[in-house]
Amino acid sequence: MSTNPKAHSQKYHISQRANQISPSGIRRFFDLLASMEGVISLGVGEPDYATPWHIREAAIYSLEKGQTMYTSNLGMPELRQELSRHIKNKYNLEYDPGSELLITVGVSEALDLAMRAILDPGDEVIMPDPAYVAYSPSVVLSGGNPIMVPTTEENNFELGAADIEARITRRTKAILIGYPANPTGAVMSRDKLAEIAKVAQRHQLLVISDEIYAALVYGVEHTCVAALPGMKDSTILLGGFSKAYAMTGWRIGYAAAPKEIIAAMTKIHQYTIMCASTMAQVAAIEALKAGDDSVAEMIADYDRRRLVMVKGLRNIGLSCFEPEGAFYAFPSIKGTGMPSDEFAEKLLKEERVAVVPGSAFGEYGEGYVRCCYATSLADIEEALARMKRFVSRHQKD
Amino acid sequence: MLKEILKILENDARTTTKQIATMTGLPGTEVARQIKQAEKDRTIIKYKAIVNWQKVENEQVSALIEVKITPQREVGFDSIAERIYRFPQTRTVYLLSGTYDLLVLVVGKTMHEVADFVSQKLAPIEGVQGTVSHFVLKRYKEDDEIIEGKEEKVKRQPVIL
Ligand SMILES: Cc1ncc(COP(=O)(O)O)c(C=O)c1O
Repeated sequence: MSTNPKAHSQKYHISQRANQISPSGIRRFFDLLASMEGVISLGVGEPDYATPWHIREAAIYSLEKGQTMYTSNLGMPELRQELSRHIKNKYNLEYDPGSELLITVGVSEALDLAMRAILDPGDEVIMPDPAYVAYSPSVVLSGGNPIMVPTTEENNFELGAADIEARITRRTKAILIGYPANPTGAVMSRDKLAEIAKVAQRHQLLVISDEIYAALVYGVEHTCVAALPGMKDSTILLGGFSKAYAMTGWRIGYAAAPKEIIAAMTKIHQYTIMCASTMAQVAAIEALKAGDDSVAEMIADYDRRRLVMVKGLRNIGLSCFEPEGAFYAFPSIKGTGMPSDEFAEKLLKEERVAVVPGSAFGEYGEGYVRCCYATSLADIEEALARMKRFVSRHQKD
Repeated sequence: MLKEILKILENDARTTTKQIATMTGLPGTEVARQIKQAEKDRTIIKYKAIVNWQKVENEQVSALIEVKITPQREVGFDSIAERIYRFPQTRTVYLLSGTYDLLVLVVGKTMHEVADFVSQKLAPIEGVQGTVSHFVLKRYKEDDEIIEGKEEKVKRQPVIL
């Protein structure tokens, strides 16, 4: 490692654009974590299940058959058909498999493509803070400006339509939302989403909706933005397989959008990616065709652990917003008087529990930490016991 | 809610009442009441461990025995099945559709012991037409649990934002 980062950046020219996005603020935390043993991590961001066997088996069989070639740029026709059927079943929304669906390398790629397809330099995208770490960089990398809207625990971390409207300028192109949310676990109610939809329609803005956690809701309904009246034409829906089907490592997801937008995204996709991995596409077909039961089982299990986590955090004396989706709890640590990165670092050093400081997700994540409950019940309980010791040592009031 | 409690217990019988209460959102007293009732009416039959005897020196031998029977007037299948399942050597007894009638899992210390049981106790029962014994060579999976070679949990990246 270079001791003088400046010397390093002078040796190679790094583009302004790349320099514009800051490296993860918690590098030091990662390094510390890597050096320690016996750590229970609540910092993960993925299911603790391996992909259901029937899905893996379908992919293995496709390899045995020699299904190892490129697919169409848009993705395998059978997958797009299954996806179209799936979205229709779930939301009664029709997407043409031939022109309105694009299979991508995860929601990650779909998000990048969406931004590149719609933004010109200086264009603005309004999004919530705190939010998933890729949202703001995806805008910056396309030359745009992310405009943050604070969301708070008092408002259930929901994005307010009036707050959005107050930030609209003539450069505003889109509103980016992601509910159920990482890191808060918040789910937006249908009514609140409808208000945002109205704002988008009134100002002719696109809504980019990252619905990767759509399946993971507990006792509430997920509302698909594109399914709100009149919204299909102004929504870029991003969806995935990573979380619901425990398929993070396969790298597969999709975008559903008006055909002009899909065509623009496909142009970029075809030159940068060609097509999503064939093996992953085969697995995704099997997931859509026969994955419902495995998903239902996993959801039931997450829900049990969610209740254990939230109750446990509250018993420790941390106030914890009731998360209704994804697999994260987002307790407030304000009572300790520590900033979230200090809390996370000390907790790791003193009790060997890893949580993610809320500040990693934006300014308004400060005062919170993200605890993922997609981990074994035994680990959750042990982590809670360790956190209890820690908090009682450090609690200010 | 009873179903939810049963599912949790079926997966891990050692889950405490308190844990179940948290997982289901029911008061602990209600969970305790439902479990007690389920035990009483034999919805919950028993709590047992799934043991991998291959790991322990005193290994045992098991065999699956197909039993063909002639149901007898006024006696039917049930009473012959009962005569069989009352023997402690039989661990599982099912009535099946198909080419034979009962499937009986017999466990013993040696192959001899099992064979003797079949020839001296099972086969001579009135109404038993014939038996076919299949000795178990290896148990791969039992009661939803993979016995050996269960895939280890792959280590995840400790932090993903
Ligand atoms: C909100 C959100 N969107 C997108 C992603 C990335 O999804 P994918 O694996 O489909 O690229 C994640 C992963 O953590 C996420 O939390």
